[in-house]
Amino acid sequence: MSTAQAERTAVAGAAYGREDRAAAPVFTGIGVAAPNGLGTKDWWSATLAGESGIRPVSRFDASRYPATLAGEVPGFEVTEHIPSRLIPQTDHMTRLALTAAAEAVEDSGLDLSELPEYAAGVVTAASAGGFEFGQRELEALWSKGGQAVSAYQSFAWFYAVNTGQISIRHGLRGPSGVLVTEQAGGLDAMAQARRQLRRGSSMMVTGGVDGAICPWGWAAQLTSGRLSTQDDPRQAYLPFDARANGHVPGEGGAILILEDAEAARERGAGHYGRLAGYAATFDPGPGRGGEPGLRRAAELALAEAGVTPADVDVVFADASGVAELDRLEAEAVNAVFGAGAVPVTAPKTMTGRLAAGGASLDVAAALLSIRDSVIPPTVNVTGPAEGLSLDLVTAVRRGPVRTALVLARGINGFNAAAVVTAAE
Amino acid sequence: MAEMTLKELTTLLRECAGEEEGVDLDGDVMDVPFVELGYDSLAVLQTTGRIEQDYGVQISDDAAAEAHTPRMLLAFINESLTQAAAA
Repeated sequence: MSTAQAERTAVAGAAYGREDRAAAPVFTGIGVAAPNGLGTKDWWSATLAGESGIRPVSRFDASRYPATLAGEVPGFEVTEHIPSRLIPQTDHMTRLALTAAAEAVEDSGLDLSELPEYAAGVVTAASAGGFEFGQRELEALWSKGGQAVSAYQSFAWFYAVNTGQISIRHGLRGPSGVLVTEQAGGLDAMAQARRQLRRGSSMMVTGGVDGAICPWGWAAQLTSGRLSTQDDPRQAYLPFDARANGHVPGEGGAILILEDAEAARERGAGHYGRLAGYAATFDPGPGRGGEPGLRRAAELALAEAGVTPADVDVVFADASGVAELDRLEAEAVNAVFGAGAVPVTAPKTMTGRLAAGGASLDVAAALLSIRDSVIPPTVNVTGPAEGLSLDLVTAVRRGPVRTALVLARGINGFNAAAVVTAAE
Repeated sequence: MAEMTLKELTTLLRECAGEEEGVDLDGDVMDVPFVELGYDSLAVLQTTGRIEQDYGVQISDDAAAEAHTPRMLLAFINESLTQAAAA
């Protein structure tokens, strides 16, 4: 990065009242709903064991569609996790989000009733709202008429529904919102949560849980042209592999508690790590050429975190699975770190791409990598594409992890990068 | 047409809007405000919408919104059922 860029970043940081790096907010709670494990403990042990959750779609009959595989959250018994009153009004993915949020709140040890009324809010990422719910009600509309449509359709299929339901359930009345930037959303939401902390909130529930594994959602996702049509779960999502052929969609994600560092210290809470740096960029417009924005996002995030590329122990890749996009990501990583100079991993090969849930799950993985001194593997990738020059982690790698870079790209030009660092 | 009973109403409320923890809908709830039963206006709207579907009657949204207890809501519903039967 040039000195001018670094100065601009520093100025931007100061403009938000950021005084020094010690003020970076901390992650004090994690909740997970992932295709290879419901709950943080099950997901993380499956992830380190290289267990994939990619299987034939079970939520609807996908046999007549070009893509037939998905990452579906296993063993989710709705009545075990969701109060009766919320069941008629929630889409499946909102139920997963509520479950992950409850786990994250409990994990944080926070007594929410002790907080001032407007001290805590919710910022989540979304890509579509409740598609499965929405499809069912649209079917009721055209087959039976408007009277047959659920009153809960009014919000169940809305982008902000997870934010709203989490806010209501936990009584979080502070500044809240939703970010819609496809896969970049998981990081962009955390950055917005961080802004709210800088403006005076003491804790924020953030991250993303997403999913649209239903005919309508499938039809929408197929238009991207990026879904794998492989029917072998071991060959369907192979980012950076010579056989890369698109991705498998999944459901789930992670909800995290991001807390003001001072507030966490005052209540004597431990934490998983800091959100030390973040940046978002856009790609050049269609037809304008030029370098995509991912490298710049990574450099700006590192600069804000005050770390050098040599400090980074692992990169959690966006890992598109589309050969050209994989190549562009490898070029961006190598431009920042040098060819093959940093371990790169994509545990999302075990979950599929989770839309707005993907990058927040990667942040959860980065935090637990720091805690456990381990890098989770990229599975099924056996023959890296020629010329990528990445140090791709394909088996669990043990060793200290103090700084992780998480990369995310959303369809239509969104790039985001976040730097997560160890407690001290 | 037979009048709707409290039992039938609470069954529909459960199906349409779930049941609040700690509330016994099978108890003497005839005059307990919906708010205390854990139901907001949307829950009542969802339930009256279902009754309109199932019974082929019209229940005014305004009337439903003013019905704060099961007794008041049953009165509106049964009035509608009687009118529908007479028509």
